[in-house]
Amino acid sequence: MNKQATPTHAIDVSALTQRASGQIDFEQEDICLEVQDLNLYYGQKQALKDINLHIPAKRVTAYIGPSGCGKSTLLRCFNRMNDLIDAVRIEGRILLDEQDIHASSINVADLRRRVGMVFQKPNPFPKSIYENVAYGLRLQGVNDRRTLDEAIEKALRRAALWDEVKDRLPENALGLSGGQQQRLVIARAIAIEPEVLLLDEPASALDPISTLKIEELIYELKNNYTIVIVTHNMQQAARVSDYTAFMYLGEVIEFGDTNTLFTNPQKKRTEDYITGRYG
Amino acid sequence: MEKGDIGHHISQQFNTELEDIRNRVLGMGGLVEQQLSEAILSLIEADRDTAERVITTDYQVNALEVSIDEECTTILARRQPAASDLRLVIAVIKTITDLERIGDEAERISRMTLYLSDDAKLNKALYVEIEHMGTHVRKMLHSALDAFARLDVELALNTAREDEKVDREYESIMRQLMTYMMEDPRSIPHVLNVMWSARALERIGDRSCNICEYVIYLVKGKDVRHVSMEQMEKDAQP
Repeated sequence: MNKQATPTHAIDVSALTQRASGQIDFEQEDICLEVQDLNLYYGQKQALKDINLHIPAKRVTAYIGPSGCGKSTLLRCFNRMNDLIDAVRIEGRILLDEQDIHASSINVADLRRRVGMVFQKPNPFPKSIYENVAYGLRLQGVNDRRTLDEAIEKALRRAALWDEVKDRLPENALGLSGGQQQRLVIARAIAIEPEVLLLDEPASALDPISTLKIEELIYELKNNYTIVIVTHNMQQAARVSDYTAFMYLGEVIEFGDTNTLFTNPQKKRTEDYITGRYG
Repeated sequence: MEKGDIGHHISQQFNTELEDIRNRVLGMGGLVEQQLSEAILSLIEADRDTAERVITTDYQVNALEVSIDEECTTILARRQPAASDLRLVIAVIKTITDLERIGDEAERISRMTLYLSDDAKLNKALYVEIEHMGTHVRKMLHSALDAFARLDVELALNTAREDEKVDREYESIMRQLMTYMMEDPRSIPHVLNVMWSARALERIGDRSCNICEYVIYLVKGKDVRHVSMEQMEKDAQP
């Protein structure tokens, strides 16, 4: 008897070895934003020191670190929001799609259209839900009602808010809950189709359910946008990001893929911070 | 992970919780070590009382496994540990599984003792090598637990290396026991029981080796399961 045993159900072992969270390889990534030797001073005080970073396109990159370590300052560099602050001096280069964002040929308003930003506290305009999302488009000169309607529905759907507000678009946006307001602000930011979305503590003022909705939204949005998020909530960074940078006193101490950074960080400072030890 | 650096969290309570699971694993390890020593002793000496004590102790070991597991689940749910803290909790969960199984193997040896001690034609010569292997395996378990307690990668590596020697001793015992069976087929039921005991010791060696792998994972963050000894040594480099 030399019968070859053939399994009735062939099991695809290679499929079993794939992780649901997917595999990422930094070497294979397209780089969207590149920071080269960035130093930033507020007057005499140096807030960012020799930052060199590559931010992969269509991924979520999170910045974590204690208060005052320069996370938000770095984030604000990406759309030149720091230009609005007096006495700021910036050295080094930031390249968006290989183009220096400080070059004279760059129009700052255009840069900010390409690099959208959402802040900690939801800041909808005191206008209707519809007009909030339409605002950026109108600034660009879009006034055709049908184009606007379509763009607004698309943005609200992407921001996972459409079902909740579709029957109340003319109502004042300030009547929405905090979580809804934050998603509205995100819809407003993505209505103008930016390339990069900067999120500065987007969920810190929200309840856990709204926070999860925002996190789910971030997961959806990374298919279309490069997302950079600053958060104090380490578990949030661990949940939503593909890459994480740990910053301390204006320096990037460690940058790496989130799985590794949260299970086996290479630097003691990172380890101490994410495990909640004395720094 | 720094050696012994379980403390220094801002949350004192978290320090206490991690320290507690670590201590309890070591306590459980001590209990299992004692179980193993007594199981080997009971086999060699054909001591029924000791064998029965080993069997009873297994209930305590099982209960400890459940209780430590529960505490680990609580820590995961409430503290969301990261980095070395996470690795500690994972290493603890895995270590206690292996410890509990080692306890089961010790219990198995003691059950063999109960069968064998009834046997009037007990052949003492069978046990010389078993005793030697038993001592070897006991030392392996002790060193594995020591490596866990001191987060000592070097000791974990050295202990893991011993497993190959234990495997060779096991093969040699098998050959010897087969010779006995061929020489005197009437001894087969008896020798088979001895064989099961040798098998249990060999498995304890494997499980002690697993614990060493968890120590390397805990300290170095590298998963060294199912890799060659050379790879394990490479991963354990500073």
